[in-house]
Formats: sequence, C-alpha cells, structure tokens
Amino acid sequence: MPQLEVDSLVTEFDTDEGRVRAVDGVSFSVEAGETLGIVGESGCGKSVTAHSIMRLLPQPMGKIVSGAVRFAGRDLTTLPIAEMEKVRGNDIGMVFQEPMTALNPVQTIGKQLTEVMLLHRDISADQAIRDAVEILARVGIPSPDVRMGEYPHQLSGGMRQRVVIAIALACEPALLIADEPTTALDVTIQAQILELIRELQADMGMAVILITHDLGVIAETSNNVVVMYAGRVAEQGSVYDIFDRPAHPYTQGLLASIPRLETEPKSRLSIIEGMVPSLQDLPSGCRFQNRCTHAIAACGEQAPAIETIADQHRVSCGRWREL
Amino acid sequence: MSTPLLEVNKLQMHFPVKEGILLRASKSNRAVDDVSLTIRPGETLGLVGESGCGKSTLGRCISRLYTPTGGKVLFEGTDITHLRGKALMPHRRHIQMIFQDPMESLNARHTVGEILEEPFIIHKLGDKAFRSQRVRGLLDTVGLPARSATRYPFEFSGGQRQRIGIARAIALNPRLIVCDEPVSALDVSIQSQVLNLLNDLQQEFKLAYLFIAHDLAVVKHISDRVAIMYLGKIVETADAETIYRQPRHPYTRSLISAIPVPDPHRKVQRQVLEGDVPSPIDPPSGCAFHPRCPEAIARCKVEAPELIAVDGDHQSACHLSECP
Repeated sequence: MPQLEVDSLVTEFDTDEGRVRAVDGVSFSVEAGETLGIVGESGCGKSVTAHSIMRLLPQPMGKIVSGAVRFAGRDLTTLPIAEMEKVRGNDIGMVFQEPMTALNPVQTIGKQLTEVMLLHRDISADQAIRDAVEILARVGIPSPDVRMGEYPHQLSGGMRQRVVIAIALACEPALLIADEPTTALDVTIQAQILELIRELQADMGMAVILITHDLGVIAETSNNVVVMYAGRVAEQGSVYDIFDRPAHPYTQGLLASIPRLETEPKSRLSIIEGMVPSLQDLPSGCRFQNRCTHAIAACGEQAPAIETIADQHRVSCGRWREL
Repeated sequence: MSTPLLEVNKLQMHFPVKEGILLRASKSNRAVDDVSLTIRPGETLGLVGESGCGKSTLGRCISRLYTPTGGKVLFEGTDITHLRGKALMPHRRHIQMIFQDPMESLNARHTVGEILEEPFIIHKLGDKAFRSQRVRGLLDTVGLPARSATRYPFEFSGGQRQRIGIARAIALNPRLIVCDEPVSALDVSIQSQVLNLLNDLQQEFKLAYLFIAHDLAVVKHISDRVAIMYLGKIVETADAETIYRQPRHPYTRSLISAIPVPDPHRKVQRQVLEGDVPSPIDPPSGCAFHPRCPEAIARCKVEAPELIAVDGDHQSACHLSECP
C-alpha cells in the first residue's frame, strides 16, 4: 500500500477576480522509501498540491473542493484540525524553500527543535535536548551543542536549511514534503543538502515528495515524476519514462529547452513559445494548446483525459498515440 | 588579437566594515580583490561564482555604479575608474546593465514607453517623434507588441519584464552590457527564450556581454570565455568548452560536479564540497579556497597562488596546476 495517495485532488482559491482552480484533478501516490518528484513552472500548482496535502492552504481563500489525500488509512482532507495538527510535524515533515522564513528569528535553534519534539512525543525536556543535539549532528551541523543556543541569523543559508530539515525529521516522519528545498542555495550547498536528504531517507525509510522546477534535481533524486502544467498533471511515470520516453509535448519541450553542459556553446536553444495561461483565463480543452507545436482543432474542444501508456506511465495529451 | 573593449586591471572594491561603539572602520570587506580581466568587442565573458563571491560587485564596478577603491577600469582605452558626472556620461551610454529582478529595476510608476524613452532624454538624443519611433522599434526587437508602450511593468510576466529590461539596455546601442543574473528568476521555458534573444541581439548589434550567473550550465551555453570567481578573486579562466572539459582549479571541478544533470542514467560520482564560503571580511590565509579544497597541501595555507597561464588563454590560480 502506498504511503500517501492523492486522488483527484481539486483545490480552489477565492480571489478578487473570482474563483480560481489552482489544482484540477491531480492524482499520484508515493511508496515508503521512495522519492516522488513534482516538477513544473511557477503557477502550475505544485506548491498548492503540497499545501493541500498538509492542509496549510491560506484561509479563508483556499479550499479543497473534492478529492482525497489518503495517508496511513485516513483521508487527510476530512480530518478534524486537532487530528491534522498531530499529523503535521509528527507523521509528515515539511521543508520549505526559504529557511529564513520557516524559522522563527527570535527563538534559538534549540527551542524550535525541542518544541516540535515535546509537542508530539512523550519525553522529558532533558531528553528532548539530548535528542535535538543528536539530530543536529546527524544533519551535519558542526558543534551542535553550541548551535542549540544560537539564533537563525547566526547561521549560513545552508546551515539554516539543515536546521529546517532537522526540525522536519525530529519526529522521524513517514513522509517528508520538500518544496524547492535547495532553490535558494548555491550549487555546492545544494549538492550537500540533496545528499543529506538521500542519506536520511536511506536510514529512516521515509517517503519523500520533492517539489522543484529543476529537472536536473529531479533526474538525480526521484524514482517517479509528476509533470504539472497549469493545475493539471501533464504526464507522470518513472524517472526513466519521463526522461527517456517523454510523451507529452510539454515534457518534451521542457527537456529540450534546458541548457546542458554538453551542448555546443552559443547554439540555439529550442524553446516553448508563449507563456503559461493565467488561471483566471484558461482555454477550453487542453491547457497547453496555445504553446504546443502539435496542437490541432480538437485540442481546443475537449480536455484530454489522462491515459495509461504502459504500467505507471500516464499522459494527458489527446494526440500521444500519433506523436 | 583585437584590442580589448574593456580592460580591468587589479581592480579592488573594499567596503569598510563599521564596528564597535564608535563605528570605526577597523576592517574591510574585500568584495573584489585584485581582479584583472579583458572583454573583446562582441564577446561574452561569463562570470560564475557562489553568493558573496563578489561577482555582482565586480559587475557594478565595471558599469561604474560603484567607484572602485583600487585598480583600473579601461573602456576602449580610456581610464574610467574615477570619472564622474559629465565626464562619465559619454561612457555610460556604452556600458549598460540588465538586472536579475526586472520588477525592482523598472520604475513601477512609469509606463514601458516612458521607461524606454528615458535613456534618450537623459542623453539628449532626438525629439519626441524620434523617441516614440525608437520605443516601437525596441519593443519589436525584443519581441513585445507595440501596445506594450502604454502599459505598466506590473501588467507583464517575469519573462516579458526581462525583455523590457533588455530593451532599455540596448536603447542607446551600447557596446557592453553587464548582465547580472538575467535569467535566474525565470522559469525554464522562459529562460531559454531570453537566452536566445540575448544571443540574437549580440549578433545583430555586435554587443559584448559580461554575463554574471551562478548557473554554470547557463553560463557555458552563452559565453565565449568563462571566469570562475571565489571570495573576491578570479581563480580560473578559459574558453567555455575548455573550462568544462579540462577544469584545472579544484574549485571549478567541484562546481561542475555539483550541477545536477538532467539524465537519470548518469549516476555522478559527486565530489561534495564541505563547509560554506568563508567571509570576505576575514578570508583564510594563503589560498582562500584551502579550507574546503580536497587537494590542499601545506603550501596552500601560507601562500596565495597567482593567476597564471597554464595553457595559452587558460589561466588558473592554484599551486597544484603549476605542475600538472
């Protein structure tokens, strides 16, 4: 049984311009010990999906309209808030992009780390401090006992992200959701953090959902991949399905447009023309049609259903068979 | 070899660090420390490094947003290091900048037409009719519709705003554009559009770029030559292909190995660098990279390596690359 199963999730927001559907019928699952990568550009709904799973949508604007999020036999979308609070931080840990905003600037690292342990686990304050020092050491923070008494601003960006990971993992969650965990970091620090998440995952056997816009990060970390576009799943499958046999024109376009170290310097990059449609003003039918080089009249009439190509490789394109 | 368009000689930019009750400047932040480089007409020099390495400060010294505290900036043979006001104006025209976040670098209260017209007004070029004709021409060049002129920056997406920033930079037909992380904030599919546009403009207008970025794959794609910067100094420079195929400096090697490769079959043997970039206020002794360097020897702790030629145009600042 999968660790987490998201089934036909629909999330909407009330905005000044009316109701906007940010996530529209997204389904995927992730097994224990596995990493699922969710990739897509700004506004594709990848972060809203993560916030919906955690029930952290901004209130009162954000609302899960339909669908289910099954975790350990329960549907998180209908859980009472008090129950949900026990899940967050305890069963599901979360790491955000900007560690400075995820940490409280006026509390010591030690206070923030022991707080989550004392909240979810039945341990003494002394034990919590001992465990906190241990987990700081485990995420690779030098002299952890000294760091316990320091404030977030005294640490570098990479060290702060390690602290955020330590807090997320303090209660050994079954699932870690990492939303652009390395986007704000330098490449050499990114390599350290990705390596750390990988090691901890191997140790603790947790499932990881990694949200990023970086296809390189996806290729290196993920077992399975969901490619999102304008609130919907464009394509999903194993990392090999997505990189070796991309079936959706959007996935193909994305893969072709990234500059790689092997490409000839100053050569022309292939591009995806135009830009993502606004969620307030979506075309009928396929949402990628205005940028798609293969679009035909039929693409504007009916939204393509998600169809199975092989095993878990699925695509939402009306023309995948012909292309 | 043609004469360089830009020549930077032992450039230093030290910011005073004020400390204590009296706020005395007892130390300095050596953001740029003895940097020398050249850019030839029509060429792109990529400048790569991690946050805080001084790459943006170097760019701002070259475009003279900062006045360097030491060394020289020669533009077309003229020393512009300490020029001010009217004397600097004619050179300003030829050195323009593109910034990372166009929302912050475009005046939100001005229409796009006003933004693009401003360089002509400042430099007293042409009349109203000429200016509005040039604005339409510029919008067309960067691929925006003419009606954009009456709209405000917030009405555009990130990629379109970057096109406006580019249109402003090319307005006065400059010879050099300092591009400071111009595509870092853009989505992948938009990033490639902007990179292609920059390449096209370079060919059309014979522009030279100083292309500052942290993403080595992007830099390698757009540059003729690449310089790698670490803690205020250039540690290696070579043509784009060589720096990737035969990096000589251990820092360049670890930067390349840290880039995530979009290919799931490639299981990289990653050389993960330990630790963080040290502070430029109190840099390590000897080679600034030695505390993180996997190959450091005793000499690295005491003696700072010079940037020396290892093979033709290829220069590296490492004691180990002296004897390959």
